[in-house]
Amino acid sequence: MSYKEKGYITPEELEKLGLLPPRERLEKGPVVIAECPEEIPCNICVHVCPFKAIKMDKIYEIPRIDWNKCIGCGVCVPQCPGQALFVVDLSKPGQALITLPYEFLPRPEKGMRVKLLNRQGKPVGEGVIVKAWQHDRTWAVTVSVPKDKWLEVRAIWIPEK
Amino acid sequence: MPDYRIYEHPILDFRRGRRVRFYYRDKVIEAYEGESILAALYAVGYRVFNRSPKLGLPRGAYCMIGKCSSCLSIVDGVPNTRICIEPVREGIHVEPQEGLADIRRARKQEVVETVKVETDLLVVGGGPAGLKAALVAAEHGADVVLVNDHFVLGGQLVKQTHKFFGSRDYFGGTRGFRIAEILSKKVKEYSNVHVYTNGFAYGYFKGGVVGVAVHGEHPLNLLVKAKTIIAAPGAAEKGLDFEGNYLPGVMGAGGAQTLMNQYGVRPGDKAVVIGSGNVGLIIAYQLLQAGVKVEALAEILPRIGGWFVHAAKIRRLGVKILTRHSIVRAIGSDRVEKAVLQAYDERFRPIPGTEKEFDVDLVLISIGLQPDTKFFAQAGAVMKWVPEAGGLVPIRTWGQETSVENLFVAGDASGIEEATTAFIEGEIAALSALLKLGLGGKEVEERRGKLIDFLWNEYRMAPVVRRAREGKLKVTVSEEEMEKIRMGEFP
Ligand SMILES: Cc1cc2nc3c(=O)[nH]c(=O)nc-3n(C[C@H](O)[C@H](O)[C@H](O)COP(=O)(O)OP(=O)(O)OC[C@H]3O[C@@H](n4cnc5c(N)ncnc54)[C@H](O)[C@@H]3O)c2cc1C
Ligand code: SF4
Ligand code: SF4
Ligand code: FES
Repeated sequence: MSYKEKGYITPEELEKLGLLPPRERLEKGPVVIAECPEEIPCNICVHVCPFKAIKMDKIYEIPRIDWNKCIGCGVCVPQCPGQALFVVDLSKPGQALITLPYEFLPRPEKGMRVKLLNRQGKPVGEGVIVKAWQHDRTWAVTVSVPKDKWLEVRAIWIPEK
Repeated sequence: MPDYRIYEHPILDFRRGRRVRFYYRDKVIEAYEGESILAALYAVGYRVFNRSPKLGLPRGAYCMIGKCSSCLSIVDGVPNTRICIEPVREGIHVEPQEGLADIRRARKQEVVETVKVETDLLVVGGGPAGLKAALVAAEHGADVVLVNDHFVLGGQLVKQTHKFFGSRDYFGGTRGFRIAEILSKKVKEYSNVHVYTNGFAYGYFKGGVVGVAVHGEHPLNLLVKAKTIIAAPGAAEKGLDFEGNYLPGVMGAGGAQTLMNQYGVRPGDKAVVIGSGNVGLIIAYQLLQAGVKVEALAEILPRIGGWFVHAAKIRRLGVKILTRHSIVRAIGSDRVEKAVLQAYDERFRPIPGTEKEFDVDLVLISIGLQPDTKFFAQAGAVMKWVPEAGGLVPIRTWGQETSVENLFVAGDASGIEEATTAFIEGEIAALSALLKLGLGGKEVEERRGKLIDFLWNEYRMAPVVRRAREGKLKVTVSEEEMEKIRMGEFP
């Protein structure tokens, strides 16, 4: 079954489509992963990246990241209407940092413990918010997650107080 | 009284207007200025608004945009009032209408005043297509009358909280309701645009005269003699046949979207969504934001219909997407209490023994939209049935002109797509009208050529929208071909 049948994409599919950065790049520092595999008419990310790290000729092509230009700043994360951009940072020992979009209540705050969800909404552990900032009411939340979960965690759920 | 109003939302701030009191049957209802009568009643727990004429079955909210007639009620003695698009006003008396209205016995019988106006361009519908058309025409100095059935301008944009895709030139990255605010404000800044909200264009008459029923507080029969007309009345959600589909709680997904995002009223507690097109996927996400649980989203085809990124958003929050599934039954007395979904085989036959029951109070139908083309049919435009476009649509030129000379079509009414193409079509139609009016020179002609090229040869080339492109190709003809159609030759 492909992602169009399941509603989620697998790491194998991402790899096959060439959407995952090389391991050496990941270990060097934060970098974006675009889980946007379908040709849709959208080019928002191309325009918002201050470093011109995203390439696209025709508006419907899939975004291609230049992993040497991308510094993993996360500016694109809350602006992507498809919520398909995630920054991953594997440069620190022990934990991986993931920056992902979030549009729910309660509001995220630094230090909060959150549930980590995979692409199918299954809880896969707990993480801690290390940074949260907003763009037009969409949060870009950076969470620290167990290092081996960097390719799994794609959402958070903050339990109500 | 129960309270379904939403007070805290991750994206929206519901700045409610002044408090307004009105009567429903003999009860006093507290509402806020800016709410529709139906939204105000829904907020305090009412679910049945009418009864079917023959069997007396309950009728609930369905479309919430004045298209389905499920909510017909009597307002200050006026029967057949669609309370989903009628604003609350202090002291009005609202009564449910059981079955058909007895027009002869209606309390209000006075004939309203008829006012005649002349204009360069009449725009019917104030959604993205109509607003863009009015703005472009106004910028070039045309005198414009804009009529909009709903009391709020913006069409479907007012309920869209997600950030738009598409080109930055057409508001990509901006949330839909904000685009509506920007455009409505701009339109009102032009002294050469005359806006009538609550104005329903009911008919096209000889010589380009359009009758507009202005309803509500100051009713009026407006006769607009227009040199050119751009009609962009949008679309309605399709219904689905299944047992119990009449029960209140079975609603168009867009109806639920209107309640929660435009009025800040939670449509229910738990939902199943039927259909995995973009509208269904987006609304499932927005239901979660409004605090409604989404138990499942069913899709009868083996693949998700909408864009993958929209599906991924709800999937990673745990919403089940059941492909090869649909609804067989809604159960409840006077409102939905349960929904039964079932698996289907590759030939769309239900597979026995696969029924799953869900305790829900909402069944949201999003199996597609249907162009609202009553106005074009009545005007005598040559139409064609095109499944890829959502049904019957008028044949038009590349410049959006129909077979009725000087009558243009734009937006969903020309075939279902989305808001970005509605903007572009609205602009193309306006540029064509300007050329006809003699208000556009070479620059207008060039701009139009560029837009047509971008729309057909770039934007619509995206694989996910190719089907819509093919649909539109089937009803788009050259000026010469249109001349032949006007002479009675059928393509
Ligand atoms: C219920 C619904 C929900 C949707 N949700 C989404 C979504 O979440 N995301 C997305 O990308 N797309 C969505 N769409 C699609 C998208 O919004 C439309 O493609 C777009 O709004 C079409 O613009 P339009 O100007 O053609 O029509 P509309 O936006 O529908 O505007 C038409 C306007 O015309 C008025 N009108 C109708 N008939 C008359 C008449 N006879 N006289 C006067 N005025 C009239 C109406 O009151 C309305 O204001 C939705 C569509 C619908 C119908
Ligand atoms: S993370 Fe920053 S540098 Fe990388 S693509 Fe996004 S905006 Fe550009
Ligand atoms: S902005 Fe997001 S949805 Fe649009 S092309 Fe870029 S990654 Fe895809
Ligand atoms: S016309 Fe009012 S709910 Fe459809």
